[in-house]
Amino acid sequence: MARVVVDVMPKPEILDPQGQAVANALPRLGFAGVSDVRQGKHFELEVDDSVDDRTLERIAEGFLSNPVVEDFVVRRVES
Amino acid sequence: MKVGVITFPGTLDDVDAARAVRLAGAEPVALWHGDADLRGVEAVVVPGGFSYGDYLRAGAIARFAPVMGEVVAAARRGMPVLGICNGFQVLCEAGLLPGALLRNAGLHFVCRDQTLRVERTSTAWTGSYEQGVEIVIPVKNMDGRFTASKSTVDELEGEGRVVFRYVGGNPNGSVGDIAGICSTDGRVVGLMPHPEHAVDALTGPSADGLGIFRSVLGSVPA
Repeated sequence: MARVVVDVMPKPEILDPQGQAVANALPRLGFAGVSDVRQGKHFELEVDDSVDDRTLERIAEGFLSNPVVEDFVVRRVES
Repeated sequence: MKVGVITFPGTLDDVDAARAVRLAGAEPVALWHGDADLRGVEAVVVPGGFSYGDYLRAGAIARFAPVMGEVVAAARRGMPVLGICNGFQVLCEAGLLPGALLRNAGLHFVCRDQTLRVERTSTAWTGSYEQGVEIVIPVKNMDGRFTASKSTVDELEGEGRVVFRYVGGNPNGSVGDIAGICSTDGRVVGLMPHPEHAVDALTGPSADGLGIFRSVLGSVPA
């Protein structure tokens, strides 16, 4: 078994109003110095040894993210 | 003419869509997400709602439903397919239409009567309108901001594949005020606003939406 993390983020050129709302709220809450926030998704997958990197790539690209508007990164974090 | 209306878990507007099909003079046929069977229909409406709770992304799970495999195959053969709101999101996720629908720029769920301009009448779903006519139908969504790469938007505009455009205020920040688009052959159309909620004056702001369902009657050989 291994834990795999997939992080999905809106592409840099895509407007992220949720991230902007968080960024705009921080000064009001007394937190200074945060110039930008981007909001994405974080997936943790428990996979067995039969799942190879190519399969993980297909899961991330074909299902967990929408490549039209999102980028993804796949990481194996423990084995 | 038989027009299929798909129901997924979480679909909301299948009943209104079926009613609109009936008022337009066609026979609505209920299609179930779990059945890989189009039951002999000649066109398909993918209605609005929150299929699979919008989990992961709006439309991301519905596109893998057994019925969608049949819809994609039929659309590739030229069957008219209309995606409304969540149905539009499903068609984009399924690759039948380009681009994606993201969270409204204002972060609010927007529900109001919306003016649209019909930009293209040579599609399976807009043939009964006059070019450039303005219609008023409801818009109601959270994730309605049409987004695509610049090259895709340029292609849509250049090929005249923007079918509907918002007039009098863009409700969600869609690029180019785009409310609806079509496939290269004009047989697959998706739009965020809801024509099925504007098919008679008693229950809608107008009957302007009925023309979409009437149009498809003339789009397939008798």
